[in-house]
Amino acid sequence: MSTRYDHIVIGAGHNGLVCAAYLARAGRSVLVLEAAEEVGGAARTAEIAPGFRVSACAHLLYGLHPRVIRELSLRRHGLDYASASLQTAVMGADGSVLRLKTDHAAGAIDAADIVALPGFRRRLLKMARHLRPMLLMQPPRLAGRDLKQNIDLARLGFAIRSMGQADMRDFLRIATMNVFDLVQDNFASPLIQAAFAADAVLGTNLGPRSPGTVLTLLYRLIGEVGPVQGAVALPRGGMGAVTQAIAASARDFGATIRMGAAVGRIRVEGERVVGVELADGEFIAAGSVVSNASPQRTLLDLVGPRHLDAGFQRDIGKIRAKGNTAKLNLALSGLPAFRGLDAADLAGRIVLAGSPSAIEAQFDPSKYGEWSPEPLMEITIPSATDATAAPSGQHVLSAVVQYAPYRLKEGWDAARARYLEVLLDHLERFAPGIRQQVVAQQLLTPLDLERDYGMPGGHWHHGELAIDQLLMLRPVNGAARYAMPIAGLFLCGAGAHPGGGVTGAPGHNAAQAVLAEAKPLERAA
Amino acid sequence: MNPDLAPAQHDSARATTRIGLKETPFAPRLRPLNQFEALEYWQGYWSPAHFGNMEREYFAIRNTASVFDISPMNKYRITGPDADAFLQRLVTRDVTKISVGRVAYTVWCDDAGQVIDDGTLFHLGEQDWRLCCQEHQTFWLEASARGFDVSVREETEEVAGLSLQGPTSFSVLSRLGLGGLETLKPFGIRRWPFRGHELMVSRTGFTGDLGYELWIAPGGALDLWDALMEAGQGIGGVEPTGSHALNMARIEAGFLGAQLDFIPADKAIRAGRTRSPYELNLGWLVDLAKGQFTGRKALVEEKARGSRYCLVAVDIEGKEPAEGSLVYHKQKTEVGHITSGIWSPTAKRNIGLASLKRPFGDTKTEDLWVEIYALHELRWEKVMARVRVVKAPFFEPARRRATPPLPF
Repeated sequence: MSTRYDHIVIGAGHNGLVCAAYLARAGRSVLVLEAAEEVGGAARTAEIAPGFRVSACAHLLYGLHPRVIRELSLRRHGLDYASASLQTAVMGADGSVLRLKTDHAAGAIDAADIVALPGFRRRLLKMARHLRPMLLMQPPRLAGRDLKQNIDLARLGFAIRSMGQADMRDFLRIATMNVFDLVQDNFASPLIQAAFAADAVLGTNLGPRSPGTVLTLLYRLIGEVGPVQGAVALPRGGMGAVTQAIAASARDFGATIRMGAAVGRIRVEGERVVGVELADGEFIAAGSVVSNASPQRTLLDLVGPRHLDAGFQRDIGKIRAKGNTAKLNLALSGLPAFRGLDAADLAGRIVLAGSPSAIEAQFDPSKYGEWSPEPLMEITIPSATDATAAPSGQHVLSAVVQYAPYRLKEGWDAARARYLEVLLDHLERFAPGIRQQVVAQQLLTPLDLERDYGMPGGHWHHGELAIDQLLMLRPVNGAARYAMPIAGLFLCGAGAHPGGGVTGAPGHNAAQAVLAEAKPLERAA
Repeated sequence: MNPDLAPAQHDSARATTRIGLKETPFAPRLRPLNQFEALEYWQGYWSPAHFGNMEREYFAIRNTASVFDISPMNKYRITGPDADAFLQRLVTRDVTKISVGRVAYTVWCDDAGQVIDDGTLFHLGEQDWRLCCQEHQTFWLEASARGFDVSVREETEEVAGLSLQGPTSFSVLSRLGLGGLETLKPFGIRRWPFRGHELMVSRTGFTGDLGYELWIAPGGALDLWDALMEAGQGIGGVEPTGSHALNMARIEAGFLGAQLDFIPADKAIRAGRTRSPYELNLGWLVDLAKGQFTGRKALVEEKARGSRYCLVAVDIEGKEPAEGSLVYHKQKTEVGHITSGIWSPTAKRNIGLASLKRPFGDTKTEDLWVEIYALHELRWEKVMARVRVVKAPFFEPARRRATPPLPF
């Protein structure tokens, strides 16, 4: 084949597809190469048993960027929510339950905390809102900025300054502290404390007492679903439906998506990228290559050290990416009976977390290569609101399980079966009888996430979300503007700014960087 | 717990742990000769600064034969299927042009194209190299080796090194019975058996004169020393020298010293203090056409944009050594400083190397001055001396390159 493309996108994860759609929308010829047989990457819906369909990895939407939804016409291409604003039920080990929806709380919570909640949320949401301009902006360079970048930096500075003096002081005070202290300062009831602490640490390798966990909490609150900031949405058809919609949009704009096409190498000739070689040896030429794969995989494996400066290679190799999160998916013969929860609760989001101290205690063993026996879980039962998820009367349960260390002492291959039993035992304590309801199960340990989803170290964000790995330091200092040091090579995935989560922001920003720097290929008339 | 810290094991730990500076294999001969215990620190080793008469040592380098113990030089053995590829990415020169049995002087840079260190690269065999340099490079070499099928092993302690330099060095070395030594060209390597060891000889050095560097296993070091001293008898002798005399010779030769004429990029703390090869007058070592190497992109950009500094050889009016002095344009504007400077007994000139802000030293070479402060018997005297930019080296005898070298 002698076809040449303006741009090749490696990986049809949601960011790769968003990037491809924007590039195609700008009139470029775009080929997306995906190793798997379907699009989606970590935002994929898997059939774990006949008729049981569940979001394999990520399962909730915190803020697919409104501009991405609008500009890529994702609604028209099938994006739909089974629920656009989920309620959260927090369950303590002692059987206590707290119900939370936006500013309203009920159940195991002090009256004073109920009164304090709206003000606390308003404060955090305001701070998060002021951080929002940075989402769709290429991180400014620390040196050698041009006018546009100075304006971007000024906008971010202005956004923070425009909070007003009191709010800005507050922001600068709490932005780098830990969520444990923050919730202690603001609430007395353990479950409301646990709810915010859980949101801060889910998907990270951090405990509530780890520095920077207020920032991860703010990150989660930047997004909006419809008009509601900080809402949590359950997409109809699972996360796979979201990426299917983005893929449909990309195709509509003219992008080609090839499945089962694993990339073996990014070919560099002279000083620039000239295309990719598939694992089977086929070469496809392109003006530039945009990688949705992690920075580590893209640069160390696909490009290779011979084309890199040694310091840059070392920095990429040192990106902190140790996953501490597993995913458990269950096919159930009936609706599980969580103690004290009603049908409305089961249609929402269920968080198993007793208190910030309990979560911190669950984090502790992971530091030493052990799992937590009573882990923090974020559970959804999509079939409660989405009839397409499971056969009638039956259900699927999707659980993000916190604190399952990538480097497990005894190794995941040996321990996987035992870990599954630990998790089912834990669930059984909250939902007696659930063990008997299990028809099929899927457990994705960090090792599986690395092997099957290309997440380095099994980390959901391709690299820890921490102050030293964000903004102009993501993925590493000097390479934060999507363009890599080799001409014609770009990153568009979670390893780039602003990071993980199904936001579409890295894909959008990368496309802007590609369009700004790369001219379309001369095509034969 | 670290067993070294356990009280019960403290004494035994002390018995096996070397405390203080390391001694080289030549120390048993060098130490008694060093009348003033004039020692310097060199990367963990003690190294002689002088042996009591620096002038005598210097003139031995230029008139007879001298030895300087280079055993503390950091030596890294680089082997494995990717050894060539690893070095090609590490250094600025094209290593495919360095044949087996040859030595090349080179520099290596960080990502920003700033010089980390300079050194000599010995091509010992197929995919078998030794890198010799002044500064420790373990971290950088290990970082650079990731993803290459290569072994990088420090062998500093396993190889004793002695630099034999001076006009009679060929004659002295010939007396050791090294057949064919006369055909050894500059930067060539040859090996001979020597009293149960292998003696490796490279025609290299840091003096800009005729000379050799001799490499042998530590066990053979003292025999080599004794043989050289004996060989020198009747032809002017072989003079042990320290770093001070060597420093004079290397400035005359226009060679750079790490930590003197440039700050290794990985050691610099302040921004803007490091230098690129172009800024050290080492552009001839940079092969931008050879393909990727660390710092290449930055050097391509620097070449297009222009360099900030230059390093030039200077001839200074008068006789007062100018090392460390500031250089002025029109006696007013500060444009740089003298990084190394001596009165050269051989060139009979007051010479130095100067780091200047371009365009000074590059296109603007007129009306440059150096302000020298000299302490003479508790009185500081200030001299404003004219500086002329000249071509290095200041001294380059034909014998340096003559093959065969003339016998003495």
